[in-house]
Amino acid sequence: MPTDDQPHAHYYHAADLDRFSEIGEAAPDLARKFFDYYGAVFAAGALSEREKALIALAVAHAIQCPYCIDAYSSKCLEKGSNADQMTEALHVAAAIRGGASLVHGVQMRNHVERQSM
Amino acid sequence: MSLVLDRHPLAQPQLQMERLEALDLPRSFEDAIAATPLGELRSTTVTTLQINLGKRCNQSCRHCHVDAGPDRAEVMSDDVLDQCLALLRQPEIEALDITGGAPELHPRFTEIVEIAAAAGRQVMDRCNLTILTKPTHRHLPAFFAENRVEVVCSLPYYQARETDAQRGTGVFDKSIEALRMLNEVGYGRAGGGLVLTVVANPTGAFLPAPQASLERDFRARLRRAHGIEFTRLITIANMPIARYLEWLERSGNIDRYMSKLVSSFNGRAAEGVMCRNTISVGWDGSLYDCDFNQMLAMKTANGYPRTVFDFDLERLRDRRIAVGPHCFGCTAGQGSSCGGALD
Repeated sequence: MPTDDQPHAHYYHAADLDRFSEIGEAAPDLARKFFDYYGAVFAAGALSEREKALIALAVAHAIQCPYCIDAYSSKCLEKGSNADQMTEALHVAAAIRGGASLVHGVQMRNHVERQSM
Repeated sequence: MSLVLDRHPLAQPQLQMERLEALDLPRSFEDAIAATPLGELRSTTVTTLQINLGKRCNQSCRHCHVDAGPDRAEVMSDDVLDQCLALLRQPEIEALDITGGAPELHPRFTEIVEIAAAAGRQVMDRCNLTILTKPTHRHLPAFFAENRVEVVCSLPYYQARETDAQRGTGVFDKSIEALRMLNEVGYGRAGGGLVLTVVANPTGAFLPAPQASLERDFRARLRRAHGIEFTRLITIANMPIARYLEWLERSGNIDRYMSKLVSSFNGRAAEGVMCRNTISVGWDGSLYDCDFNQMLAMKTANGYPRTVFDFDLERLRDRRIAVGPHCFGCTAGQGSSCGGALD
């Protein structure tokens, strides 16, 4: 937790991850609905818990959330994944992010075509 | 290298316990148990006699709770061993669970197995696998098959990188060689009745993966990459004792790992921990509730028999089990101890 004399020294604090549930101290009904939904999402279904944790890890990197990266790096290990599998999941995120940039090049090309002789 | 050889302060069990007791945990193990239907942790029977034949081992795994290694000289003496074998005559004791160190290094290892098997007892050998590839021990797979020994072998992961990082360079390849030797004499093959149990423990500061899903992964990967078959897989959490405790402290993981164990406490898992049906004998004949307590020098509680020479089943059957913060390692998640997770 930030100290009183340095309340905003950093935006992110690793220890704050464990305080996530405190968000429910205000608007508790919404928090309960969110956490119930969250728990249901990660339960084994058509996909295994291990597969869902790998998806979460990839998404965590795509949205660059340090809390989620910590949480789902641990979760993936606890579900039996290894560093190769986790890294491949990140490459999926990186490929989609990179591809999303590059595919907009078609829009650029359309624009260039319209404005060019 | 063992902590003893390294002259590390944590080689002392008392210091290990002091470090564990000094941690700022949200609650004690006693309080956690008190909040379950059990109320307190007590044994209900003694159907398994676990004997630790000594601390000598051909490996020096980084997570070893025994602090075993080639440099350790402790070995069970003849008089202690003879007394243990005499206890097998008690009909309530159904199983002999042999551990170490590498128990196969004990000079009377094969004699112990033969006597227990002849007495009709289920025999389990907690095997590090690589010992079976030594020229002096390559006969053991056939010997195990002959005596219907359950081989409970350690393999933390189905890949070399993770396994070798924990157990030493080259251990994975030798483990695969040993598993092949066991398969060749019928272990792990359907219908043969020779039980090959793989024990998987995490290769870091995290809890074991769910047992059933990890078994599926191991089975598929070991079959595809190496043609290996096994009977079942059990998961065991790493215990914050000896070398694993030292690593947790050195790597800055101790607080988070212990908090994880405490927050993952599962009362149902506590009902199935091995100490409730096992008595553990140390190399020197002392009695303990489990092998983990043994390494922390926590003997059976005051008032109960404390050596194999005053073993009294009537007094040991329903006994109060000595507990400490490390016990959270056996009750986290789906549970662990030496018998694996809940189904």
